[in-house]
Amino acid sequence: MAFRAAVITFPGSNCDRDMASALEAVSGVPAIRVWHADAELPERLDLIALPGGFSYGDYLRSGAMAATSPIMRAVVAASHRGVPVLGVCNGFQVLTEARLLPGALLRNAGQRFVCRTVPLTVENAASPFTAGYTAGETIRIPVAHHDGNYFADAETLDRLEGEGRVAFRYADSCNGSARDIAGVLSENGRVLGMMPHPERAIEPASVPALGGADGRRLFEGLLASFASA
Amino acid sequence: MQVRVLVRLKPGVLDPQGRAVHHALEGLGFTGVEDVRVGRLIELDLADGTDEATIRQMCEKLLANTVIENFQIESIG
Repeated sequence: MAFRAAVITFPGSNCDRDMASALEAVSGVPAIRVWHADAELPERLDLIALPGGFSYGDYLRSGAMAATSPIMRAVVAASHRGVPVLGVCNGFQVLTEARLLPGALLRNAGQRFVCRTVPLTVENAASPFTAGYTAGETIRIPVAHHDGNYFADAETLDRLEGEGRVAFRYADSCNGSARDIAGVLSENGRVLGMMPHPERAIEPASVPALGGADGRRLFEGLLASFASA
Repeated sequence: MQVRVLVRLKPGVLDPQGRAVHHALEGLGFTGVEDVRVGRLIELDLADGTDEATIRQMCEKLLANTVIENFQIESIG
């Protein structure tokens, strides 16, 4: 059975095509493109991906308007049924605003837009999203964001760490994130939000200008988890 | 009826924008500025009789992110 992934496009999304392209490159199946004003998702999805960008011009707060869009009601409902949801960059911001993940993404502590490839430590390799990695290894994935400074209260951070829900950590300080958190998992491990862009790192390592290939393993791991499920 | 909602970062949440404004004020030669916090003011024109509980819901569901922000509702006529 073919891998069925949906990529949501909000007004102002700009990594939706990259995400769809990465999913197709790894799975061999074109991703289904879904518009924010659609009220329903396609049936029998194996993954919903919320891409990066500046949905609704970052009005009010990054991700806040997108979280109220018709399709997000369907995404929240699908997530509650256990459909895996991946949010990258603005997608992560949307997931926190929609309360599918705890915490919030604040303006970078250094006030600057950060755009470079950064080293990440894989903290949890047991989730479907991180199964392509080994816990503790360092990978390189591009970041490009202004509001990536992860914030949650100390109690929430302790709980996330205690439950192994920190998926990735910045190996070097990047944006002021609490405990250098770069990606977090939901309680059931089926929602991942991350600021770095794995879909920008799916080319062979021989083309380093294109971000390397470490992001590809996220999608490969996801597919392998899907195949064994 | 008109209502003003003041949304502010919670105390203790880093405000890089406030910090940048703080530095800019110092750069302009103003002394004695000890801290700057930047918030958001939202004015709502509502149907008469809209109750406070409804306005609070608007704040909690959209106008403020209560993970990082506090809000204050003020009636202005």
